[in-house]
Amino acid sequence: MQHTATHTRISRFSALATAFLLVLALGVPPASRAENKLQIMTATTDLASLAQEVGGDKVDVESIARGYQDPHFVEAKPSFLLKLRRADLLIVVGLELEIGWLPPLITQSTNPKIQVAAPGYLDASRFAKILEIPTGQVTRAEGDVHPLGNPHYWLDPENGLRIAKGIQNKLSEMRPNDAAYFAQRYAAFEERLKQAEQNWQAQMKPYAGRKIVTYHRSWPNFAEHFGLDVIGYVEPRPGIPPSPQHTVELIAQMKRDSVKIIVVEPYFDLKTPNSVARQTGGQVVVLTPSVGGEKEITDYFKLFDYDIAKLKQAFDTVH
Amino acid sequence: MKRIAVLSAIIFCVSAASAQQAPPPGPKKDAPATQSSVAASEEARMKTLEDQMRTLAEQVTLLRGELKAMRDARSVEPRSEEPILLTASHVAPGILAPSAPAAVPASPEPAPPQATQTQVFGGASSNAKLLNPDISLIGDFIGAAGRNTVSPSRSLELHESEVGLQAIIDPYARADAFISFGEEGVNVEEAYVTFTSLPAGLLLKVGKMRAEFGKVNTIHNHALSFIDRPLVTNNLVGGEDGIDDAGFSLSRFLPAPKNWFFQGTAQVFRGDSDDLFQATRRQDLSVVGHLRAYRDLSESTNLDLGVSYARGHNNAGVGTAFDPSRFLTNLYSADATLRWKPLRRAIYHSFLFRNEFFWSARDQVSPAAFFQTEHAFGLYSDAEYRANRRWTIGGRFDRSGHATNANLTDTGFSAILTYWPSEFSQIRGQYRFGHLADPVTTNYSNANEFLFQFLFVMGAHGAHPF
Repeated sequence: MQHTATHTRISRFSALATAFLLVLALGVPPASRAENKLQIMTATTDLASLAQEVGGDKVDVESIARGYQDPHFVEAKPSFLLKLRRADLLIVVGLELEIGWLPPLITQSTNPKIQVAAPGYLDASRFAKILEIPTGQVTRAEGDVHPLGNPHYWLDPENGLRIAKGIQNKLSEMRPNDAAYFAQRYAAFEERLKQAEQNWQAQMKPYAGRKIVTYHRSWPNFAEHFGLDVIGYVEPRPGIPPSPQHTVELIAQMKRDSVKIIVVEPYFDLKTPNSVARQTGGQVVVLTPSVGGEKEITDYFKLFDYDIAKLKQAFDTVH
Repeated sequence: MKRIAVLSAIIFCVSAASAQQAPPPGPKKDAPATQSSVAASEEARMKTLEDQMRTLAEQVTLLRGELKAMRDARSVEPRSEEPILLTASHVAPGILAPSAPAAVPASPEPAPPQATQTQVFGGASSNAKLLNPDISLIGDFIGAAGRNTVSPSRSLELHESEVGLQAIIDPYARADAFISFGEEGVNVEEAYVTFTSLPAGLLLKVGKMRAEFGKVNTIHNHALSFIDRPLVTNNLVGGEDGIDDAGFSLSRFLPAPKNWFFQGTAQVFRGDSDDLFQATRRQDLSVVGHLRAYRDLSESTNLDLGVSYARGHNNAGVGTAFDPSRFLTNLYSADATLRWKPLRRAIYHSFLFRNEFFWSARDQVSPAAFFQTEHAFGLYSDAEYRANRRWTIGGRFDRSGHATNANLTDTGFSAILTYWPSEFSQIRGQYRFGHLADPVTTNYSNANEFLFQFLFVMGAHGAHPF
């Protein structure tokens, strides 16, 4: 009697479990792509722009983060999972920039192709020249430091070119039949970038060696490339909000060195920078570190066009 | 190895060559030679030999130096294949800037020379950690003051120190382990392997884990937006750890209307979770099912809905005249979360509003010794607002029946204030009022408490839960 009851219970239980598993397993056939375009997801808009330059109309590219968003603090929304699930290639900035949000997205994407170190996972930092790699002891007394170096490396056009080359090689590896197309796209991009670069250098030349202050350490590669000298930061330490004491010191330093320009990323509060500007007779200039930071910045070229034009304007106003 | 072989070959050749170049051996026997001339020639020969020795010694030193230099250069070289790739691609530094200004000042903190040497073009992503897992420790210090006669907590305690170990195991799996050291001992809070490369979009987790039952059950203590757990967790879902058991978890995205995200999760556990579920026999497994629906309402606002079910055996029949295997606990829950976070000011402002409802149906023996199923209901409602980069304010309303006696209902509310010195530490205060029933005497009493908490994070920067 009892045996039968137990037996019924077990079979009911297993029937229930089996039914649920079946629903899960057979719910939908895996999404199949009708068109033959390579599906690329990137962590940031800059990588998306570079991938689009090289991939042309053979690829569909989409970025997870928006250009006006702090790339350190993106939310791991489930809606990104649907996009990652279908991706053939995931391009990341690396250097732990996305460590707070990308790893769970990759794990939960259920997409074997884009798992870390899988063929569809590309870390763009491998191709770039990286600055500010800490050498001695690394502690968080220095704030939210990046032990592998500064991850804002795409703001140097040379790195843009290197990343594009890396993407070209990866795309050719994934689609050997289109290798010639990607090579030609890359060559055209290189040509255009070299021309644009000459123009940017010409525009920035009069300001070479000028000292500036930035909010966060987003600009070392940009500053190095265009010959600017970043002498201080509004943040006392990376990732730590401005403190009164540090702000006083910064103002004193700016007065001493007669620094007038405070560069702020679009996702930071302008209160402290504005107050520093008032007290130093300087000017706050909101530069965007990423494509899409403003509506008109639709690609990698326009990113530098925009930032350089704004900087130039600011330099001309303060002197 | 090869280099050393080549080097020794070179040394051998050099010495052989030197030996051949050596002046002819001693004076001919038939030459007319005086004692002195013999001595002189001997002297000369010794001198030549000495010279040769010195030259050789010098050569060896030189070669050693070269070998060392080669070795050093080799260890400094980036390990990745990138340099070759870049050589092939002809993208050299400075290629873009033929007209770069001559006197370009260095960046404020120029990378030290050895850094530039080690890391010119890539290879940075794996040097530092090698194969160690990401290790973190989160300390959770809690203090309490005020009056609570029903469920008092300690005045001061290091509530738990949670060690997290996380790593990618192989190309097909990753593993996460969270071991918490509490006042009462050590507990493996979670330790599971996740298989990320399964066919058909399945995600399999195996190990001990917090069950996918609603929202708050999945969240670790340090990631909660309050210091304590909601009353309903303690009354209906087994206490602080909730449903946390060893078993399998299988989840998958489900077909959904446009712009919706559906996910289903099925879990099977051993059936032991605090005093909520208890397995007296091997087949007393517990199951948990969860369906999640998510939708972005706009770029900054989203809606997250879920329903959950859990079923397992309880211990109410143990030691009674009834068959203990008849006693089950069925739990149902529904959760709804509304989040708002403007992307341009994500680090300054955000808002979250969450409601969770729980229904419990627990088989037990009534005071009159009948078999009965006790139905209890509970909920909590939580709102939090990030006012600026450092301050968050929040509030929570609690109401919950007791799983064993639904006539007893606890009510409470809390006001919470959180301060973040940085991303890696957190200071929180919580005022908590409770109108609580004593399960033994069934008397109600009021609790007025102030809780405070210090959280600190060491080591690897874990991902933020969503």
